Amino acid sequence: MAARDDILAALRRNAPAGPPRPELDGVGARFADPPAQLEQAVTAVGGAFLRVPDLAAADAALRALPIHRDARRIASLVPGVGAPTVDPATVTDPHQLEGLDLVVLRGALAVAENGAVWIEGSSLPHHALVVIPEHVAVVVDAAAIVPDLHAAYAALDLPGRPRWGTFLAGPSKTADIEQSLVIGAHGARSSTLLLVG
Amino acid sequence: MTARAEVSHPEAAARFAADEPRAHWHDQALWFVRVKRDRAAAQIPEWERLRELAQAVKAHAMANLAGYLETFERNAAARGAVVHWARDAEEHNRIVHGLLAERGVTRVVKSKSMLTEECGLNPYLEARGVEVVDTDLGERIVQFRHEPPSHIVLPAIHIKKEEIGELFHEKLGTAAGASDPKYLTEAARGHLRRKFLEAQAGITGVNFAVADTGAVVVCTNEGNADMGTALPPLHIACMGIEKLVPRAADLGVFLRLLARSATGQPVTTYSTHFLGPKPGGELHLVLVDNGRSALLGRDPFRRALSCIRCGACMNTCPVFRRSGGYSYGTTVPGPIGSVLSPAQRDGAHATLPFASTLCGSCADVCPVRIDLHHQLLAWRQVLVRGGHAPAGKTLGLKLTAWVLGSTWRYALAGRLARAAMRLLPAGLMARLAGAWGRQRDLPAPPPESFRDLYRRTHGRP
Amino acid sequence: MPTVALFVPCYVDQLYPQVAVATLRLLERYGCKVVFPEDQTCCGQPMANAGQADDARPLAEKFLSTFAPYDHVVAPSGSCVSMVKHQYPGLAPDHPSLQKVRENTYELCEYLHDVLGVRRVEGRYPHTVGLHRSCHGLRELRLGSGSERRVPPFDKVKTLLSTLDGITLVEPSRADECCGFGGTFAVTEEKVSCLMGRDRLDDHRQAGAEVITGVDMSCLMHLDGLARRERRDVKVLHVAQVLLGEAA
Repeated sequence: MAARDDILAALRRNAPAGPPRPELDGVGARFADPPAQLEQAVTAVGGAFLRVPDLAAADAALRALPIHRDARRIASLVPGVGAPTVDPATVTDPHQLEGLDLVVLRGALAVAENGAVWIEGSSLPHHALVVIPEHVAVVVDAAAIVPDLHAAYAALDLPGRPRWGTFLAGPSKTADIEQSLVIGAHGARSSTLLLVG
Repeated sequence: MTARAEVSHPEAAARFAADEPRAHWHDQALWFVRVKRDRAAAQIPEWERLRELAQAVKAHAMANLAGYLETFERNAAARGAVVHWARDAEEHNRIVHGLLAERGVTRVVKSKSMLTEECGLNPYLEARGVEVVDTDLGERIVQFRHEPPSHIVLPAIHIKKEEIGELFHEKLGTAAGASDPKYLTEAARGHLRRKFLEAQAGITGVNFAVADTGAVVVCTNEGNADMGTALPPLHIACMGIEKLVPRAADLGVFLRLLARSATGQPVTTYSTHFLGPKPGGELHLVLVDNGRSALLGRDPFRRALSCIRCGACMNTCPVFRRSGGYSYGTTVPGPIGSVLSPAQRDGAHATLPFASTLCGSCADVCPVRIDLHHQLLAWRQVLVRGGHAPAGKTLGLKLTAWVLGSTWRYALAGRLARAAMRLLPAGLMARLAGAWGRQRDLPAPPPESFRDLYRRTHGRP
Repeated sequence: MPTVALFVPCYVDQLYPQVAVATLRLLERYGCKVVFPEDQTCCGQPMANAGQADDARPLAEKFLSTFAPYDHVVAPSGSCVSMVKHQYPGLAPDHPSLQKVRENTYELCEYLHDVLGVRRVEGRYPHTVGLHRSCHGLRELRLGSGSERRVPPFDKVKTLLSTLDGITLVEPSRADECCGFGGTFAVTEEKVSCLMGRDRLDDHRQAGAEVITGVDMSCLMHLDGLARRERRDVKVLHVAQVLLGEAA
């Protein structure tokens, strides 16, 4: 292809000498109390945080919250947590997920430093589940807390197991109107992290 | 390419700054973002080390860009993405339009992409019957107003909430006089949700393209990139070729730096790693050169290719804050824009490298440590050599240099100047002092210069 | 005892000789033998910062030849010293005295603090003082850590000022925002330049500063010009004058 060849040739022609690929050392967060740091971080990004001993307790805690109590359409990707009314695996067209009040997602890991959880793409029947519902609850194992993104990428080993996913940190938000923070832009209006164990 | 008339920064800035209350309001809004950035950076003790690493990763990536792009293409294609290459803006627009036209797409949603703004994609598509809805709230606001974004991260920072209220009243039917951001955002949510549901394709930018996995990473707070790509079957991701990073692990460095530098948040709400199309869908990646490979060949300006489009330099720049993004007349304004834009053409945007006091604050907040202030100075040299600096100023300084080149000429000139300052009426002196004297008094002329005083007190050497 | 050659910026020589006198007296107080090489004119900064490297070059060469014979060169100016240290290699790479002069040219506070090891300045200064952290001194010479970087905080100028007896140092809300002088920027972008300057004055006023000081007379000339045009109460003095106890 002409464009591809031209661009690559120009890049090779103009390439300066550069440093070798650097070792990513001298960086990394350490927290004495990762769950406490995680709670602080989740709160800072506008999320809600609940710690529960096991999945049954997560289920009970979630059902007690208004986001579940007042929800009419609920999907859950965590068996045993939440009372789902919809099975997203049976939905063929993601447009049909419009109107979902609450989705319960599984977080593969949680990043203590910034409150983000990794949502494994392959675990979602539809990517839309991350953004279309009014409210999101994420269930994460306490053993799956990593201190920072360096640790997260090491744990995920994306080159070894290439797959898609997203770091989700709190509810959707914007400050585009005079820098006033508004929670709930296009995605979820609230995000609740249920830390289990 | 969006044909924008060249803007003289001093003229446009003077107009912006003439409304002092508004200029102060804009200045305070962006200073607030700078302060948030400082607080966020303070949370990471090894912040400066992160910046060093980011700089080194980008320098390495740019020096090996061709090889990494080939690796990226291979890995992305292996996952089912289709990779396209565009030499310039026109080629990019044709490719994107071609993909849409082939599939009969007339309704597109687009999340923030400065690259598509640079290429003038929206007008190109609209002229060919495609509706493009910019879904980032700030971008939708400026789209409604038929304006370009004035800041690469905060597109509507120059607009007051009352003005947005009036705009939404007209466009969305919100209550007249309403200006509460929550209320207005809720109205936009409903309006844009309909657009997402009706869209036939989603166009996104790319924050980072990862060579060793073939993934493209898109970061938003609103979720509009995810919404815009999760519903329609076609996802087109447009990226400048410099967005490449070698390894997924490098993202740990960049994602710890990006949101903190941009808005003072620890991370954006959504940092989505797209890899291959969704089941039943298509993912097309458009890799755009548009002057980047040429810039790679220019020292020192190649370092500007490391830019991760965080906007921190704009927020910290005391000139940008008081003159606004439109005073630059470029897709990317502010310090980084003033380094990138003059490379477009000989003599292009010639006032921009001079729209700076070279204070260096930008270089100290840049997450990838681009020495922006030094590059602005280097551009001044290029522009002067090329004859693109104002002739009067150049000549005046040449003459000054000639006087200063000789001790006796300098001493004489100094004596004459001080005499004039002493003898001429203050009003006349202020007028003669031109642009200095309009708002500033001249210093009181001392009876002797230091050298006269020293000679008098210490005797001739 | 090294011989210190006094490098007096051209506009200080002509318009603010008292700053050069104060610099000389301060250096002598700390035991320096100070001389003033009369051949000096200008370091070439106005031309260089306007991109006119060819016009700045002869001035750089003249400077290097003038100051070559001396052990140390000290100037009451962060921007002029930054010019010598950072721009001269590009302008006069082959000049035989480039390295020696570059390595031995210092801004005044840098010299007092780093070379002479001064940690306490004797004298009374019972005034409220705001420090204007001039950009070249701050971000090029690293006279202080600066508000942008996450490094252990330090501030050589503030350290020296704080030891004056009776001084009250106040911080503006923006610790190191540029005053807007910027060389020819002051006239080519007059509107923004003056807005920036007035904002600095307002900031120091709300902090309660009676005196604004700094290491660069160019910044101070701009701030003082704005202040006097508006008949503001504030006094603007170079740090050399403040360290000597001048209340002007």
